[in-house]
Formats: sequence, C-alpha cells, structure tokens
Amino acid sequence: MNSLFTPCCEKCTHTKETPCADLIKCAVEGPICHEDKNCHKVKQNRLKYLQGADSDLTYVYIGMGTCGLAAGADKIYNFMAKQLEKKKIPTVMKKVGCFGLCTEEIMVDVKKPGFPRVSFAQVNLERAAEIIDVFIEHDTIPEGYLLGTVPMGLSSDDSLQDQVHYINDFPMMKKQQRLVLRNCGIINPESLEEYVMRRGYKALTKVLFSMKPDEVITEVIDSGLRGRGGGGFPTGKKWLFTRKAEGKRKFLICNADEGDPGAFMDRSVLEGDPHSVIEGMIIAAYAIGAEEGYIYVRAEYPLAIARLKKAIANLEANGILGDNILGSGFNFHLKVKMGAGAFVCGEETALIGSIEGKRGIPRPRPPYPANSGLWGYPTNINNVETFANVALIIDKGANWFKSIGTPKSSGTKVFALTGKTKNSGLIEVPMGISLREIIFELGGGLQNDKQFKAAQIGGPSGGCLPVELLDTAIDYDSLQRAGAMMGSGGLVVMDEDTCMVDVARFFLNFTKKESCGKCIPCREGTARLLEVLENIVKSNPNSSEEELQKRYQSINQLERLAHVIKDTAACGLGQTAPNPVLSTLKYFKNEYEAHVYDKRCPAKQCRGLLVYRINPKVCRGCGICAKKCPQGAIVGERAHSHFIVPDKCARCGACVEFCPFDAITVS
Amino acid sequence: MGKVCCCNKDSLAKQDEAIQKLFRSYAPGEKEALIPILQETQGLYGYLPKSILYLASEYLNVPVGKIYGVATFYNQFRFDPVGKYLIQVCAGTACHVRGGGLILQALESELGIKAGETTKNSLFTLSTVACLGACSMAPVVTIGGEFHGRLQPKDVVKLLRDYEMKE
Repeated sequence: MNSLFTPCCEKCTHTKETPCADLIKCAVEGPICHEDKNCHKVKQNRLKYLQGADSDLTYVYIGMGTCGLAAGADKIYNFMAKQLEKKKIPTVMKKVGCFGLCTEEIMVDVKKPGFPRVSFAQVNLERAAEIIDVFIEHDTIPEGYLLGTVPMGLSSDDSLQDQVHYINDFPMMKKQQRLVLRNCGIINPESLEEYVMRRGYKALTKVLFSMKPDEVITEVIDSGLRGRGGGGFPTGKKWLFTRKAEGKRKFLICNADEGDPGAFMDRSVLEGDPHSVIEGMIIAAYAIGAEEGYIYVRAEYPLAIARLKKAIANLEANGILGDNILGSGFNFHLKVKMGAGAFVCGEETALIGSIEGKRGIPRPRPPYPANSGLWGYPTNINNVETFANVALIIDKGANWFKSIGTPKSSGTKVFALTGKTKNSGLIEVPMGISLREIIFELGGGLQNDKQFKAAQIGGPSGGCLPVELLDTAIDYDSLQRAGAMMGSGGLVVMDEDTCMVDVARFFLNFTKKESCGKCIPCREGTARLLEVLENIVKSNPNSSEEELQKRYQSINQLERLAHVIKDTAACGLGQTAPNPVLSTLKYFKNEYEAHVYDKRCPAKQCRGLLVYRINPKVCRGCGICAKKCPQGAIVGERAHSHFIVPDKCARCGACVEFCPFDAITVS
Repeated sequence: MGKVCCCNKDSLAKQDEAIQKLFRSYAPGEKEALIPILQETQGLYGYLPKSILYLASEYLNVPVGKIYGVATFYNQFRFDPVGKYLIQVCAGTACHVRGGGLILQALESELGIKAGETTKNSLFTLSTVACLGACSMAPVVTIGGEFHGRLQPKDVVKLLRDYEMKE
C-alpha cells in the first residue's frame, strides 16, 4: 500500500469525483464501508510504518526548516543516508519541520525498533557518524549531545525512561504547552498521511457533517480565541461579521506576511505543519460561507510557499479541498499569493490591495473588510497561528481550550525568543506566563551571565519592557497596559551592552523605510523622529549655541511628536510606530539623558559618541588599522606606535575589529 | 532594453519563449496577475528590464506609470542587474542586537560599495533584508543563497576571499 488514501481493494469507491464522508476515519481506522480483515491489516501496517513503529526499520528524522538548512542539515541528511545505505541498514530518512530549539540545530532524531525516538542536538558530521556507529549499530546511546526521548504514542516510548529523560524535561521545553506546534518537528510536513495519522482533518469532518456554520462560530466564540496576529480581536466575532455580511462571493484570507524583523513563528508553522493552517481555513470558510481563499505569504519564505503548494495539491487530489469537499457539497478553493516585501501589507486593507495587484496602501476603515474587502466582497482575514488553533478547538471543545491560559486570553501563544538569551528559538507557552519564566527558565538566562536590561516584545509596533516588569503576565491586556503589545510574537532579549536609544533608532529606521507614505503623520513624523534620534547619537564639538539648544530640546520633542503620530496616523502600523520610542522613553529616560546632555552612550554602542584612541604601549605599528581605516584617519610609521586623527575619525570601529593586539581603546 | 514600439500590437510574440510562456499563463487584462508577473520575470532575469514593464502594461491593460508605482513600492523588485553572488545582510532585530550593523559596515568597506550596489566586476551585489528568519544564528548573511551565521566582522573578509577564489 503506497498511501493511506489509496483504495484498499475494488470495494473502495472513494475518488475525487465520488468522495466519501468517512474518508478521514477510513484512512486511519478503515475500511469502514466493508469488512475485510486483510484490508484492515494493510491499513494498519501502513499506519505503523508512518508512526515509526515498523519492527524492521530504523527511522532517522532530521529538522529541515529554514533554520536547520541554514545550519547545514542537508549535508547531514545526505551523509547519514549514504552511510546507512552502505551499511545495509534498512532505514527511512525523514525530513521534518523545525522543532523550535534553534540553538540545538542541527537536530537528528533516531527511532530504532524497540527503542523510543531519541533526539540528538548540534549534530555535525562526526556526531552523525557516532550516532550511526554507536546507537544505530550497537544500541548504546552516545552522551554529551543527547536531548531526550520524544513520545510518539507508541508502546516503546518509555523503554529507556531509566536512562534518558523525556525531551519535555529539557529546560527550554519544560513550561511549554504545544498546541499550534503540536506537529512541528515531529512529522514530515509534506505528508498528508502523517498529519491525518495525528488526528488531522478529524475536526473538518466533524464540522462538515455534524455542525451548522453558526454552531462552529459559537464554538469559536465560546473558546475565547483571539487574533494571534497582534490585535487580539475575538476570532469568532470576526467570523460572525463576515457571515452576516451580504455578498455574492465571500473570501477568506490567511495573513502570513510576517513582517516583524526578528519573528519567525508563522514561517515555522507553515514549514513544519502546513495542514494545521489549511484545516483551520477550511473550517473558517465553512463557518462564514466563503468559497474562495488566499494565503498571503512573504516571498522571503520560499520553503513555506513550496510546502503550502504541495499540501494544497495533495488535498485537491484526495477531494479534501476544491469542489464538494468529502461529498458534503461545500466548495472551497485555496490559492497561495506571494507578498513582495512590504511590512505595511500585514495591515489587512493593505494586504487586500496587494492581492488585487496594487500598491499595498491601507485605506480607512469602516467599511471593514468583513463588509467590503477583496474586490469589494465580504472578506475575513486571520493570522496563521489563529487558524492553526481552530481545528483543535473543534476537536477538543471550547471548554478545553478555555481552560488553558487566562480568562480573558485563552489558549497559548508562540514566541520567537531571540537576542541574548542562552537558548533561542520557537516556544509555545500558555497565556499568563511571566516574562521572567520565559527568559530565565525557557531561555536559560542571558549569555555570558550578563545583566538583563530589556525585552522587546511585539516588534516595531511593540515596546521594550525593563527589569521591573519581568513579572508581567503575558496576555493581551497586561502587555497593552505596560506599553507593549502582543504583536505577532517576536521577543528579543537585550542585555547591558544594548543601547536603548539605538534600539529605538533601529525600529524607527525600519518604520520610516516601510511607511507607505499615504498619511502625513506616519510619513513625515517617523522621518522627523528618526532625525532627532540620529542627532542625539552623535556629537559635534563645534556645534553652535542654536544647535545645542535644539539638542537639549530633543527629549521633549520626541515625546510630543510620538504622541501626535499615535493620535493621528491613518492605520494601525502608523499609530503604533512610535511605541518603541515611547516605551524606551518611559523606562530608560536616563539613557536618553546621558546621550543628550552628557553626550555619552552608557552601553558604548552609539559610535558617534565614542572616542577611539590607540594605546602607544600596546601598539606595535603593524599598520593594519591604517590600511583598514576607510577615512584615512590613522597615521604612523611602520613599527612605531600609530595615532588616530580625531577630526577625521568617522568612529566606524573598523580599527578595533582588525587590531591584532587590542591596542585600540574606546571611551 | 528600449521602449516597446506601440505600432506593433503583438509585441509579446517577439519576446523570449520563457517570457511568452510566463505571460500566457495569465489571462490578458487580469489585473491581479501584475505582481506575480513581475515576480516571475525577476525570477528569470534577476531584475526587471524596462521593456517588461511596457509589455505588462499592454498585456494587463494597466498604465505603465501604475506598474512602475507598484514595482517601486515593494522591496523585492530591482531595476538593475545583480552580480553573480547576491549578498543579503539580515537587518532583523536579533541580528541588529548582536552586531549585524558591523557586519554590513565591514562588507561595505571591504567591497567598496554601499548596500544596494554591485561591484564593478559584477561579482557581488550587496543588499540588506528585513529578516531572514534564522535569528538564532544571528548575525546572519547569505551569499548566493548560502547561509553564514554567528559572524564577526573579521570573518567577512575571509568569506569574501573564499567566493573570489572560486572564480
């Protein structure tokens, strides 16, 4: 049998044209329409093969998301495949999605007959060879880079429990609750069968054959699911608006235009488990009565696009997507649209413009897309993570979902934890968890035991939270109160070496570049804010009285202008663009003051305020710095101590980087 | 590439086969196809030749000015050919915090060009990108599609030499 979906015998009549309502159940438990022990056995054997439980085979799973591939996972894959073939060990090589433990890439899991699935971290060619020699061939588990065992729901899961701990006991995994990421890193994302094997499309079947659209919406409203893209609007209510709106056609759009620099949750979900998103979309389409849908993905995510297209083709071939889905009479057609690199297209009206082939420029709301969206028809837009929750809510019930998280923010949230923590990667935690737990328990604290300074949450629309707010619970409302926002889920941790003025400048630079230019507060306002920030991160010893006066007004100006932009910009992105400035001003005003009045950068990051000197006692006159200085500001004779001409120095720091003797001091 | 002559109605027929095939996979006048057509053209040539904008204008019945507006609005589109290796420096938050700016500076001074420019020998084009999504390897640079992570400004020189040696 080559697939759970191939007919078991001639009695099976399911095709795309003559679909069965029981297809999904039949695939895992079947056959259903007739009794045949042999057919059943064939299906069960296939299931065993997919689960990794075949008693003759060794399974090797390698994480091949973008991050894994960037670390060189394909080399390890080819090496192991070749070696195992040479040694004539019957093996199934599987490419799985990203498990989320990015610092532990490249991750290799091995499942031997009778053993649980064992996961290894930071595998290089030597370790790969050792895994084959020691574990696969001789059943001994190599130490030092062992992550733990991955439970697969098989009888062999616990067979090593005395020797090896479960992967869920790993510090970065302990407090996680994986709903959206339930399949990421576990299954082959390109296989529809493996998704179905893990209760996939069960919720869809339930919805299509035993629930009315209104019941689906009620269930989602009762679950308390809120938009995971950042806004936090109740998902069920949004669906209800589109359901009630009148229109000949209705559209459903999945917003996968993950523009926040430093966030990659949507990418990992689409790469690691595209079917969970698509199943959520079909359910949503049924609920609101849409027959056409789009997934709008960033062009920078080629792997996610390829996997989505493959998933769609696979579903269409099996009658789970397209006309008359599973014989229910419900039609839904799904297309992938590539974004072209514009942050503003994450805003729903801009995104709609972009799908229509225009510039992505937000338009005033109302009318909301629920009434007049794509080509003027009622349109519902949700984020990737929101859709990935839907099937679970239907499958396990609204009450189950509500029991997770906090009363007002139910469920979990996926975060991309990056920056200066020891462990970085993708984590999924129940709402209500504190920042402290995320950073110091899951993240393992800061690298090189530096002091924690701030956590930037919510990307360019969010804010920086200081050490005093580490105990803030992560949910929509408390974050908003603290001056940040949930955003899509970027969480960048900063230590004592990060300058907060520089961080504000970084985000402003980003929003200024990405402003679509339609409304003046955003277009001109962000440029002016940036101008003020650029001005205070450098110093000019020859500035005039007037210039100095201007400098001393900077903080007041920043504050005033930021509030004006917040109050007057046309779209959500413009209104939140000053947040990085406002939140750093609120919590790190002393750093601004040091820049403005003392012309000093406490974190030694703002180069315009630094003074470079060559220590004549250490300098050996090798001349490398003089060669590397782009300004020609370093003079000196060979074998004699060199000297930096202060007026010429552009403070780029190139000399510090290249000096082999660390002779250049920065103050 | 010059302007397409307007007296010849079927100027598409004169184009490369690949371009013809690309255009014909969309219906004439299908306005939503504009961005995909531009993306696929850039996929073929590495940039958007001027003539294609006129061709798309004629095919989709959209004024060429609007097409130019769309093509300049999105970061993805380029109007100049790229070098053999496209260097993308990640400018995401995680990379910035871990010193991505210094990497860009080192590349700029080493190549003698600014971001967005191509070296005289057409070997390297330097560009920045909002986020590559490999944050745990920050700071990250891709050269010709290959990832290089956890870089120090010093490593950049060696990296460039390696690619130059390949030539």
